[in-house]
Amino acid sequence: MYKNVLQSIDNIEIWPVVSFVIFFIFFLCLLLWVFTADKKIIDRMKMLPMEDSSPEKEKSNSKQ
Amino acid sequence: MEVEKFSYDNKIVRAFMIATVVFGLVGMLVGLTAAIQLFYPLFNFDLQYTTFGRIRPLHTNAIIFAFVGNAMFAGVYYSLQRLLKARMFSDQLSWIHFWGWQLIILAAAITLPLGYTTSKEYAELEWPIDIAITIIWVVFGWNMIGTIIKRRERHMYVAIWFYISTFVTVAVLHLVNSVEMPVSLFKSYSAYAGVQDALVQWWYGHNAVAFFLTTPFLGIMYYYLPKAANRPVYSYRLSIIHFWSLIFIYIWAGPHHLLYSALPDWAQSLGVVFSIMLIAPSWGGMLNGLMTLRGAWDRVREDPVLKFMVVAITAYGMATLEGPLLSLKNVNAIAHFTDWIVAHVHVGGLGWNGFLIFAILYWMTPRMYNTTLYSTKLANIHFWLGTLGIIFYALPMYVSGVVQSLMWKEFNAEGFLVYKNFLETTVQILPLHGLRAVGGTLYLTGAIIMTYNLIKTANSGSFIADEAAEAAPLTKNFVQHSGGWHNRLLEHKPVLFTVLALVAILIGGIVELVPTFLIKSNVPTLSSVKPYSPLELHGRDIYIREGCVNCHTQMVRPFRSETERYGEYSKAGEYVYDHPFLWGSKRTGPDLHRTNGKYSNTWHFNHMLAPDAVSTGSIMPAYPWLFEQTITKSDTRGKINALRKVGVPYEAGYEDEANADLDKQANEIVATLKADGVEVSADAEIIALIAYLQRLGKDIKGEKTSQLQP
Repeated sequence: MYKNVLQSIDNIEIWPVVSFVIFFIFFLCLLLWVFTADKKIIDRMKMLPMEDSSPEKEKSNSKQ
Repeated sequence: MEVEKFSYDNKIVRAFMIATVVFGLVGMLVGLTAAIQLFYPLFNFDLQYTTFGRIRPLHTNAIIFAFVGNAMFAGVYYSLQRLLKARMFSDQLSWIHFWGWQLIILAAAITLPLGYTTSKEYAELEWPIDIAITIIWVVFGWNMIGTIIKRRERHMYVAIWFYISTFVTVAVLHLVNSVEMPVSLFKSYSAYAGVQDALVQWWYGHNAVAFFLTTPFLGIMYYYLPKAANRPVYSYRLSIIHFWSLIFIYIWAGPHHLLYSALPDWAQSLGVVFSIMLIAPSWGGMLNGLMTLRGAWDRVREDPVLKFMVVAITAYGMATLEGPLLSLKNVNAIAHFTDWIVAHVHVGGLGWNGFLIFAILYWMTPRMYNTTLYSTKLANIHFWLGTLGIIFYALPMYVSGVVQSLMWKEFNAEGFLVYKNFLETTVQILPLHGLRAVGGTLYLTGAIIMTYNLIKTANSGSFIADEAAEAAPLTKNFVQHSGGWHNRLLEHKPVLFTVLALVAILIGGIVELVPTFLIKSNVPTLSSVKPYSPLELHGRDIYIREGCVNCHTQMVRPFRSETERYGEYSKAGEYVYDHPFLWGSKRTGPDLHRTNGKYSNTWHFNHMLAPDAVSTGSIMPAYPWLFEQTITKSDTRGKINALRKVGVPYEAGYEDEANADLDKQANEIVATLKADGVEVSADAEIIALIAYLQRLGKDIKGEKTSQLQP
């Protein structure tokens, strides 16, 4: 029954394939982007949560 | 460079934290009540406002939008200001957001028990509240993006990416799923019907889990875990991959909620493939969290905040492995419609969301009150009660789910169902439901202890309403870092970033939804499937109001065990006039899609009045009010008109004759009841409900006989 519904849409079989290809390309670009990114910026970003406290707060943080 | 002095707004964070705790306790208490109702029906209190069908959406909405929602806002408002070194964009917007959100919760708490519901899971609220949600959500986004634009820190930390994607995606989901045609102030019909409505709803439902319960809390994890552990996240690169692949993949996986249903096969397969792929980013994120604690495990033993976080992240890992496994068709065939799914969501809800929320409440409160936690011992007790609570909740539910499912599917040597009577399988799992309530009680007790601990902590310190901070403003002529074009592209440009995140989620959404929209005109309408009669329409609205869909499915899957038990499996074409679809997601009671002719009108009459008297041991609540309340016939016109607008082919002018048809059909039912010695008014709600129940599956019966005749 499903097939009857979907045969009326041209080339429906291609949808899952297209989806997968889109994702795969996206993922490759993502990996390329992340692993060629500047290490300094990465390290700077990584430290952001650690440096947002005001000096007095740091003390009380380390107290606990 | 000139350093600017400013302050962080802690007051708004505290307001959201208080709301979190209050609604957390309320939501858990309602959940516990619902759990008890399932083995001790007396707890339905014989009141229409407190039956399971109305309480269950109250519980889910309270937990998701009030408890987790408020906690998300508290976590975001606290961390966003500090990560961006800027106060929130506008205090006014912050408070409009806060009070607006609480009013929405109040509206939900009033309308859901009154039976005003769209019946679409986690989107039950009626259209005026939907509009309010849209407005308040925009206020939240405006405030957040405004803060990002006036930030003093050029780089946007990964937590903020997660917050942005949350805002953008929830907006899209809510808008698309809430398209509905108002009938009256508190009644509307979904613009989508049947298969389409189901696909849109589970695209929403799945991604509400993703973008309301997951992404904001991953952002929170990426901020608070390094803070609590006092060391940066294990791998920032991994967190970038985690973010982009998660938001990109999640959106595709929605159809895994509809396996073996009347949904097209290709969409089901797409859902499965992308669900399996989701394991990678989810586990990447979990490992990133746990690895952040490397070398700090000694502190995990002492610090309750870290303990809660470790269990939360572990629960995240478990739930995100289990989810994809459940989407495999052979696993799904067993688990779907059973308590297994309830266990699965509660590992996520109690473990991941609940424990992460407790962790950040314990972490923020002493800091905002410039003091230390009142009692670490009580926090540890809370931790153990909570952990035991999760175990006592989840394990019985897993067992119960598998046991019941196998009973549903068991055939004897002669090829007949061993447990032909659905009720036998229900009775079997009631002790496990009892254990589940014990788990819930433990968890709730822990939360009460936390509340006490936090109040004592607050009383022992002094609240810092505006926390002083200083930072240099961003310079306009920023010199780009050489070689850093990759990151520069995004993290410095919040608006572009937001647009890209939107594109990432839209690709999946479009691929998933467009073909289904194309189907609309092409579904081969079964010639025998006719729009509901006016009386059936009233009955269907009562079915929706009473939340029957919370326990009864209308989706016979193409398994022999189901066709034997219920009848012909469900076809896509049968639902073309179902605004909204009522497939359901859980079988606490049997499927109803083939109810037509199975029982007499009198049976239904007696059963709705006293289920236990008709089926001994039934846990279904009684519905005595259906016999006293009457349907409002003046609403018929509005219902017909609204449905016609969304595509149901009622003839022009039918609204004028509809009530005559309604009376005729009602009198026929009354006459059959009278023949059995039952007197009831033709206007009583029960008559409409019987008409609807007797309609379910009727069309397809006609189809079969007409096909048989040459």
